[in-house]
Amino acid sequence: MNQPADEVQSIRKIITASSVGTLIEWYDFYIFGSLATVIASQFFPKTNPTAALLSTLATFAAGFIVRPFGALVFGRLGDLIGRKYTFLLTLIIMGSSTFAIGLVPGYQTIGFAAPIIVLILRLLQGLALGGEYGGAATYVAEHSPPNRRGFFTSWIQTTATLGLFLSLGIILITRHSLDADRIKSIAKFNDWGWRIPFLVSIFLVIVSVYVRLRMKESPMYAKLKTEGKTSSNPLKESFTHRSNLKMVLLALFGATMGQGVVWYTGQFYAQSFIENTCKVDFEQSRTILIWAILFATPFFVVFGNWSDKVGRKWIMLLGMLLAIITYRPLFGKLFSLADEKNKTEVLEEKQINTAIKPVVNTGNSLRTTGTKHFFNDGTVLIETKVDTIYAEAGKTTIKPDVKISKLLSGKNYWMMVAIVFVMILYVTMVYGPIAAFLVELFPTKIRYTSMSLPYHIGNGIFGGLTPFIALLLTTIYGDKLVGLYYSIIVAGLCFLIGVLYLKNRIDQDVSD
Amino acid sequence: MNTLKRIAGILWIIAGPLGIYYLVKTAVDEINKKPVIDTKIQWAVFVIVFIPIAVGIIIFGFYAINGEYDQLPSSSADITD
Repeated sequence: MNQPADEVQSIRKIITASSVGTLIEWYDFYIFGSLATVIASQFFPKTNPTAALLSTLATFAAGFIVRPFGALVFGRLGDLIGRKYTFLLTLIIMGSSTFAIGLVPGYQTIGFAAPIIVLILRLLQGLALGGEYGGAATYVAEHSPPNRRGFFTSWIQTTATLGLFLSLGIILITRHSLDADRIKSIAKFNDWGWRIPFLVSIFLVIVSVYVRLRMKESPMYAKLKTEGKTSSNPLKESFTHRSNLKMVLLALFGATMGQGVVWYTGQFYAQSFIENTCKVDFEQSRTILIWAILFATPFFVVFGNWSDKVGRKWIMLLGMLLAIITYRPLFGKLFSLADEKNKTEVLEEKQINTAIKPVVNTGNSLRTTGTKHFFNDGTVLIETKVDTIYAEAGKTTIKPDVKISKLLSGKNYWMMVAIVFVMILYVTMVYGPIAAFLVELFPTKIRYTSMSLPYHIGNGIFGGLTPFIALLLTTIYGDKLVGLYYSIIVAGLCFLIGVLYLKNRIDQDVSD
Repeated sequence: MNTLKRIAGILWIIAGPLGIYYLVKTAVDEINKKPVIDTKIQWAVFVIVFIPIAVGIIIFGFYAINGEYDQLPSSSADITD
């Protein structure tokens, strides 16, 4: 079935306008996470326990608890007043909060007000994100013809990954652009340059708001409104009516829960594992992810499009199954690629540099010893040890601060890119068709509310907690790969429920 | 297939309380092991957010046993109470 040219052009405009706004929201949300260490040092000094407490709250509450609340608040609004104005509002809230974080003076300047303001702004970011996705997905789906719904909504699905890509890219570029000298540039970035990625957001948001203002309301929703058939209480209809609540639960336990853990394991946990467990250099660990995202992103559209032909269910479940089976070997391979025990050191190239800096008014000195180990495959291991030389005779540092960072050789670096690419490919399988799947599960009058909640519990809670739970499991049980069992068990449970209870039917008519 | 869906419902009902028990037990053990504010917040967040989800899976199991998923709705007209 061929669509008329003007219809194709119109849907392209709709997809572009929706996707750009959603991408900017994801970008805004991720820069906070990507700059968490720098932000913590500016607003949440570890020396002050209350500030440290606020830091933990900012990380946990905004990402995990507030997102589902945002889904309820804005989902309800989207079903009451319309999709267009609701996701315009979420974009404005997100953009202003992000811009404002870039302007907040540090803890040193305004004291406790700083962490409190940042916490409030982060909560607003979480709320806005909770409302954005459901609106954008619903809006595009309600404009799409039935046989192309998976394809058109898959463009919205690329935005979360591209938002992460954009945030990593802008951070890396800013980090290296502030001074000709690399070390000075990084120091300036940590001091004030980190604000730039936050401030840049306002220009992106202004453009996106302008574009969204020119959009029309979803035709399906507009029709319902004209006929006076919109819901008067979407929350009640979504979650207290048995026939709809059972579909909300099915969407959560049979689809979004597994999709969420696959998404966060393949992108966030993989990056954190490469940096913190494999000890790969800060920038390499990020560029590995950037390359993998770049190569894998087109597959969101491939699988979205494919789901229009074969149905959504089996593509999503196949992605989960592959993740369940291969996560352990893939992460094991990542670890072994960086493990120096598998390499031979070229001892004659070993370099040791020591610098001693006196500590003012104490008589003690701080000694920094940098040791570079070179390996036969081109890997360089840099060990930086900092200890104190005490003036008092016989006193030594009990536990020196030791940091290890590895620079991978070309071959191992690209092997890691390939492995992360495979994991993101799983993400594209579970995530590419899911917007169309969720839209088809719920009726127009309560669609925004009903699909947003399972999506944000699946992604915000099950997915968002993946790096923390994986790290906790590693701390409790000691094994480096034990953290993966969280993702494997959650995805496994979701796979079983999905196989048993989901239907593979493509709903031809979502206007009802 | 419908029989299997209903039988599996028992598993989901059992999974809820088991999950809550394991979660609370681990939280108490970990907080006792390291009683600092970060540990307390982390585990409080886990317990607060996962208990309603565990209740959700019990309801899901209950619906499954009662045959609510034997036939999924094919249009919005079927979603009425």
